[in-house]
Amino acid sequence: MSGYLLPAIIAGSTIAVACGIVGWFIVLRSQVFAADALSHFAFTGAIAGLVIGISPQLGVFGCTIACGALLAAIAGRTLADDLTIGIGVTWVLGLGVLALAILSRNGNEGTGAATALFGSINTLTGVDAVIAASIAAVVIGVIAVIGRPLLYASLNPVAAHARGVPVRLLNALAFIALATVVAEATQALGALLLLALIAAPAGAAHHLAHRPAAGIGIAAGIGIASVWVGLAISYCMPTLPASSAIATVAAAAFAAAALIATLRRSPARRARRHSVITHTH
Amino acid sequence: MAGESHHTGSPSALVRVSHGTVVRGTSTIWSDLNLEVFPGEFTAILGPNGSGKSTLLQVLLGRMPLAGGSAEVIGAAPGARRADIGYLPQHRAITAAERIRAIDIVGLGLTGARWGFRIPGTGTAEARRERAQIHEALDLVGASHYAQRAFGELSGGEQQRILIAQAIVRKPAFLLLDEPLDSLDLPTQASVVALIREVCTHQQIGVLLVAHDVNPLLTALDQVLYIANGHALQGAVDQVITSSQLSALFGMPIEVLTAADGRRVVIGTPDAPHHHGHRHSDGHGHG
Ligand SMILES: Nc1ncnc2c1ncn2[C@@H]1O[C@H](COP(=O)(O)OP(=O)(O)O)[C@@H](O)[C@H]1O
Ligand SMILES: [Mg+2]
Repeated sequence: MSGYLLPAIIAGSTIAVACGIVGWFIVLRSQVFAADALSHFAFTGAIAGLVIGISPQLGVFGCTIACGALLAAIAGRTLADDLTIGIGVTWVLGLGVLALAILSRNGNEGTGAATALFGSINTLTGVDAVIAASIAAVVIGVIAVIGRPLLYASLNPVAAHARGVPVRLLNALAFIALATVVAEATQALGALLLLALIAAPAGAAHHLAHRPAAGIGIAAGIGIASVWVGLAISYCMPTLPASSAIATVAAAAFAAAALIATLRRSPARRARRHSVITHTH
Repeated sequence: MAGESHHTGSPSALVRVSHGTVVRGTSTIWSDLNLEVFPGEFTAILGPNGSGKSTLLQVLLGRMPLAGGSAEVIGAAPGARRADIGYLPQHRAITAAERIRAIDIVGLGLTGARWGFRIPGTGTAEARRERAQIHEALDLVGASHYAQRAFGELSGGEQQRILIAQAIVRKPAFLLLDEPLDSLDLPTQASVVALIREVCTHQQIGVLLVAHDVNPLLTALDQVLYIANGHALQGAVDQVITSSQLSALFGMPIEVLTAADGRRVVIGTPDAPHHHGHRHSDGHGHG
């Protein structure tokens, strides 16, 4: 493999692991729409960064994490509702369109917007890869520390709160961890496709494993595999952008996992594989 | 703290509420409520929807202050002994748990409040002890044979047993169950009541169980606390569950029949469900 792939592989793999782990909790908590919303915030942040003249990268992180914290504050001890998120998304996306108009009036729209929307994993440098790996390490460390109480707060919020688990703080940390991986994934996959690495591997893992630790591991593994296979496919077929190849592989993994889960849930399997399949549950 | 108590019960009561009053917003939910629960005692909190049964549990958990009177839980102020209380909330968000293994949901009752994770290979003795404790709770509720299945694949009664196991896995001194019979069919209600009775006696746990229909509980209970119209009435089953006591409390005629085998049947309490499995009956506020 040629040298330019190495940063892509390192950045892509670490991003995939962080997205898989955080995504497992997001899917569990039915917050995929919030993840989608944050990817829109990332787009606006990138364009705003270009307009202000700071790096789009900084704009993405600033906007996404600020909006994530805002959603967390609104949500409190509950999970933010779809209506609030939906209205927030359109408003922030409107600001992004405004920023894009300002940018194009200055005759400067082209590549910045395209990169924000579609990502550019193959143009990442060694420095980008190190930054991505560091951010992923921090996110994974945070999840390792809060994972168990976060699971309790996600599954039995009232009982967890009565036991003294700080449900509101954990909800906020989950939002901020999500915002961080969304921001990080934007440069690799772009705002339009990054959900593929957050929702699809995690969704597949929920189909394949009922044990939390196993599910989290599988989500990370499918994420990495999606990046590697996607990169390999786009390497062999240069007309296929890496981000669409990765998104396609991740979606295929999800579909396969859903199929496996359906076959496994059949009554025949439940009855210890003795009887004939009559219908699925 | 118990100095003001007008009760003469022994000092080992797990719960002691004296002349308790709760105000929410501008309305008094109930006043002059007295309650004592001892280890191994099974008490039902009964009354129509909106009468303040869940509110009483919130007071005992330290999540809502009393506007008057005093409350003491396991010898301390409410909220101070959280880790010694098992609690099964009324509105259980179980959708998120659909695909999680039942045994892991029980385990959260034991370790769910603990930060960090155990590095594999360390603390194995403690891990083994915890695993044994989880299996003991599963055995006690009779859920061992489906503990490896996803929560969402279980029946309503099986899910309820798993949640009860989660509430008792820490071997709490005191168990609060908010409408655990809600949405269960009659035979399942009977078996869950029998299970709770056994846990209560076997582990010497004080149990407070909220229900709005007393009939499935009558044979298992030690005492009842009725809340209606802002007033409360506590006592042994045969003292409180009489036509005259209940009719006076509810302000309407209520009949208590005694069957040939000595069992009582209460007829006419508001909110005795017309049929079972009525999940969303709460919140319409009959009270
Ligand atoms: N957050 C709240 N603020 C003000 N009043 C409340 C609140 N929650 C419940 N109430 C009122 O308190 C009363 C008792 O509620 P609750 O304890 O849930 O009743 P129960 O459990 O007996 O059905 C009801 O009349 C309800 O309207
Ligand atoms: Mg209630």
